[in-house]
Amino acid sequence: MLDNAWLIPLIPAISFVIILSFGKRLPKKGAEVGITALTISFVIALLGAVEWIGKEVPRHAVTGHQTWFEIGGVEFGAGMHIDGLAVMMLVVVTFISLMVHVYSTGYMHGDRRYTYFFAALSLFTAAMLLLVVSDNTLQLMIGWELVGLCSFMLIGHWWEEGVNSGAAIKAFITTRTGDIGLMTGIIVLFFAAGRDFSIEHLNHEALTGAIGHGTLLVGASLLFLGVMGKSAQFPLHVWLPDAMAGPTPVSALIHAATMVVAGVYLVARLFGVFWTGFSIEVGGTNLVAIIGAITVIIAALLAFVQDDVKKVLAYSTVSQLGYMVMALGVGAWTAAVFHLFTHAFFKALLFLGSGSLIHAVHSNNMSEMGGLRKYMPTTFWTFMVGSVALAGIFPLAGFWSKDEILLGALVDGFPIMLVVGLMGAFMTAAYMTRACYLIFAGEYRGHGHPHESPPSMVWPLRILAVPAVLAGLLNAPGIGLFHGWVEFEVEGVPHFLELHDFNPVLAAGSLAVALLGIAVAGAYYYRGALNGLADRVPLLRTGHRVLVNKYYLDDLFLAIIRGIQYPIAKAAYWVNQHVLDGVVNGVGKAAQRSAQVAYEVIDQRVIDGAVNGAGLSAEEGGSILRHLQTGRVQQYAALLFGAVAVLAMGLVVLT
Amino acid sequence: MLTAAIFLPIVGAAVLACIPREREEMLKAVALLITLATAVVGLALLFGFNYDDAGSLQYEVDTGWIEVINSRYHIGIDGISLPLLILSMVITVLCVVYSWDHFPEPHNPKAFLILMLVLETGMNGTFAAQDLILFFVFFELVLLPMYFMIGVWGGPNRQYAAIKFFLYTLFGSALMILSFLALYFKGGQTFDIPLLIEQGGTIAHGTQLLIFGGLFMGFAIKVPMFPFHTWLPDAHTEAPTVGSVILAAVLLKLGTYGFIRIAIPILPQAAQSWAPWIGLLAVIGIIYGALGCLAQRDMKRLIAFSSVAHMGFVMLGIATLTSFGINAAVFGMVAHGLITGMLFFIAGSIQERFGTRELDRLGGLLLQAPRMGWMLGFCVFASLGLPGLAGFWGEFPAILSAYQPAAGLSELTFRIYMAVAAIGTVFAAGYLLWMLQRVAFGVVKPEFENAHIHDVHLPEYIAWVPLLLGILLFGIFPHLLFNIIDPAVGAVTAGVEALGTAAAAGTGR
Amino acid sequence: MYLNQFLLLAAVLFCLGVYGVLSRKNAVLVLMSIELMLNAVNINLIAFGAFRDNVIGQVFSLFVIAIAAAEVGVGLAIVLLIFRNRADIDLDELAQMKG
Repeated sequence: MLDNAWLIPLIPAISFVIILSFGKRLPKKGAEVGITALTISFVIALLGAVEWIGKEVPRHAVTGHQTWFEIGGVEFGAGMHIDGLAVMMLVVVTFISLMVHVYSTGYMHGDRRYTYFFAALSLFTAAMLLLVVSDNTLQLMIGWELVGLCSFMLIGHWWEEGVNSGAAIKAFITTRTGDIGLMTGIIVLFFAAGRDFSIEHLNHEALTGAIGHGTLLVGASLLFLGVMGKSAQFPLHVWLPDAMAGPTPVSALIHAATMVVAGVYLVARLFGVFWTGFSIEVGGTNLVAIIGAITVIIAALLAFVQDDVKKVLAYSTVSQLGYMVMALGVGAWTAAVFHLFTHAFFKALLFLGSGSLIHAVHSNNMSEMGGLRKYMPTTFWTFMVGSVALAGIFPLAGFWSKDEILLGALVDGFPIMLVVGLMGAFMTAAYMTRACYLIFAGEYRGHGHPHESPPSMVWPLRILAVPAVLAGLLNAPGIGLFHGWVEFEVEGVPHFLELHDFNPVLAAGSLAVALLGIAVAGAYYYRGALNGLADRVPLLRTGHRVLVNKYYLDDLFLAIIRGIQYPIAKAAYWVNQHVLDGVVNGVGKAAQRSAQVAYEVIDQRVIDGAVNGAGLSAEEGGSILRHLQTGRVQQYAALLFGAVAVLAMGLVVLT
Repeated sequence: MLTAAIFLPIVGAAVLACIPREREEMLKAVALLITLATAVVGLALLFGFNYDDAGSLQYEVDTGWIEVINSRYHIGIDGISLPLLILSMVITVLCVVYSWDHFPEPHNPKAFLILMLVLETGMNGTFAAQDLILFFVFFELVLLPMYFMIGVWGGPNRQYAAIKFFLYTLFGSALMILSFLALYFKGGQTFDIPLLIEQGGTIAHGTQLLIFGGLFMGFAIKVPMFPFHTWLPDAHTEAPTVGSVILAAVLLKLGTYGFIRIAIPILPQAAQSWAPWIGLLAVIGIIYGALGCLAQRDMKRLIAFSSVAHMGFVMLGIATLTSFGINAAVFGMVAHGLITGMLFFIAGSIQERFGTRELDRLGGLLLQAPRMGWMLGFCVFASLGLPGLAGFWGEFPAILSAYQPAAGLSELTFRIYMAVAAIGTVFAAGYLLWMLQRVAFGVVKPEFENAHIHDVHLPEYIAWVPLLLGILLFGIFPHLLFNIIDPAVGAVTAGVEALGTAAAAGTGR
Repeated sequence: MYLNQFLLLAAVLFCLGVYGVLSRKNAVLVLMSIELMLNAVNINLIAFGAFRDNVIGQVFSLFVIAIAAAEVGVGLAIVLLIFRNRADIDLDELAQMKG
């Protein structure tokens, strides 16, 4: 099956074309095509996973490469490189996407662009899968950009409102800003690796020291800029919360489980470059870990002050992505990938659950929810499972993966990251408690009568709840399968990543911290013990205001953009119109002016003077000679003969 | 056969001139027939082309023309000319179709069609000419019909725009012909381009620099490069839709084509000295064009400025003097022709329907004319360089090539250019999406709420679908073009590469 | 026979013609005088031709005769028209060509 893994992205791509061409005429308006395609892809991916697991250890990546074309002696090709990481991603992406497709049939029911929505979902999945199977950076970038396009299309799905299309543009531009780095980084590494886009080759060259450290550092830093854009790392995370303007299934698919992890995937994929480039081995600290750590904290803080349930989840996603990036930064590769794996399930679950809530109460705001536990039992239970998994409570998925990250930070010598991780765990537990309290406890504060969602929406929740509970066990001590299946391996380079033994003390510590978070938040909300604290303490009040304003980052960026769009663009245009065009027009004017001078002085006086003078003298001569013109033919004849006679005489005399 | 491809349109123009102007249907039919026939000749050229030998001239005709100055009627096409020639033919057919029943005021289809056919002869001839004088004649032949198109059928400020266009380009041409003459006298008394390529290297360096300067002015104005671009927005804004399309799709390429066909291969040493400056102007153009776009309120003017930015990428590719960069440049030329041509078509149709191109007054196109809105969106993404569509393959390789320019050029300088160009892609996304949002998204403005807006007409479909398909096709299968271009580019960069190896050998000793 | 005799005759005839052209007021007479001048030329041509054993002189005189016929035809037509318009063919009165 793995030899044919290229089918996995191809099938959704074909589905996109079919839905776009015939979707509206089909009985289910195209949804069935998308679901069928995703089911096939998912099955292939699963079979592939089984095959991968069944392979002999050490497992070798399945590759295939097709030369596309050559220009200037450089080969451009398309290919696939399927190793454990790719297999895992294929399974996760197809599975989540399938769930989202099914869910959307209920959620998007009756939407005016229902067919179009499914087409975009298919294209998105295809692009993401293309990125995942890619064996070279160019193809990876193509997938990466197409993913960006789809996110634009889907975030701006309801483009009638300016806010939505604005959010779509913001998402596209912000990620594209990061893509400057991605593009130039790929170019730097392309030349560094001897004009080769191949990822395997690149990792090999980086790890064996064939590429200079300086070049690698530059290349890795540039690539990381792209990662910051796509995976919403500080300070380019601003687009993700706004991207919640899109329909909720989109948020689940794109902004939780798959697209945003593309950045993390890129780092994991090109880990050789980052490992050597940032000297992760040495310990201490590095850009990747720092950015990840900052993101963990600032995003978690922001999650506390949101009223919109999707924004809480969005900031939570940002924070969790920070965890993954931080894990990669400390060298805990397996932990990062494992967290990516588990997070995909419970975050998709949470987002789809929030969609179910929104579907019921017709509002995103938690202030208009409350007491929904009795109205929507299934949604409640699944949402709780997701929250507990996210909070990292034993034995759900989040606990195991988060624990591994903390372990990595501890053992590999990044104490600051360990502290940050624990703080993050505390805050995650606390803000999820807050969200659950606001949504499910107390009395209903909204309008109308909330009701449980239709089966097409509830079943994906139930299905997703299973891996949200169990996925973590895959790498639990004693079972420990995952790290054998998915490992970072480069042909011809010995293993350099160490796996650490389970540390019960640390695990207990992180669990305690998470429980403490729940307890504190519970005390705050259920008991009202700390009520009004924010109002009483000025420092907290200021903090609150800063958080509500998202650290004023949006304002800063907006100011920068305004700074470009208005004054600079205006100035540039002014320069264009007045200076450059002024020069042109000035040249024209000067030419005209000098022409006028030339005309008046030289032409009119001198040259025309000569001409006019000639004319005048001719005229005067004529008025004298006109007297000869009597009109008498005979007189003319006489003159003629006279003249002939004179000439003849002259001739005679002269000769 | 190539001669037929060049002169068929002008013969057609003569035929049209004999048809009384009242018989519009017949005029249009004949014009369409002629352009189609030309395109069929083009197809025949396409099929008869020997792709294994795309690097050398094919369909060559070489007979005496003006014996006194040893100028010959020498035409021929290689892998660089072929795509551009076909582009010019296709665009003309589509323009005739598009203008089928919306000729701009003051109507007069006869004159309009004749001008279009003359224009086609000029464009085709320029892409096929292998003799400097012949090249110059065709290059200039293009000017006049365009001047009349803008000056007669243009917008309110047409006189100014037309004269500016004409004089500006003529100014460049004057310097260009001077350089041609200099080449004639310094390069062994011939105007033949292939011969000059062999001999050009022998000209003294200082003279080369001067000659290149003259060529640069002539071509750079046509491209147009910053800071010689100011005629472009005016010309585009005032020109009728079809004029804008031809201008953007083909005419601008004459300049870049001139660099690739004449300036660089004949004068490789001068090209090397000039390259950093060309690169500098190119990246300034990229950023500057983008900034210009952001300040616009008029849709057509915005697209015109985006052309400045896009041609900046093309020129950056050329300035690297690498085979990679020039490949990218030629691809970028074709892609820009398809995409920007298409954008101008849409802008023209929007103006026709709403009577305005002001971004502030438009909105909700997707609600009133969903298909057109979709096409606009498609072109916007193609234009901002989305992989999978044609624009990407002009843009990315150009940026890539700037990382490692030809031997003898400063790497640091070009790497800075690369970074700036990469930033330019973000700006491109910015202004294009901003335009898309203003035009296509949102709700319809009150003033047009009750207006009856037609979605895409039949002639528009016929004119647009080939362009859209081309954008998609070359986006997914770029090798269709690259395979033709690449061998021919080898011949262009041969001179520069020889310099590089000579320099390397020099330092080696 | 001497050539002079012919030349003399021609000269006399030519002078008569010139006198007539210059002094006569009647347009018809002016035309007739022109005929005299032409014939004087004819005599010269034939005389030179005969003395030099060359037929070109005779050929030319034939041309002259033909042209003279045409000239008289056109001239008489003009005179006729003038007469019709003005009932007068006095050349002194015909001064419209005065500058």
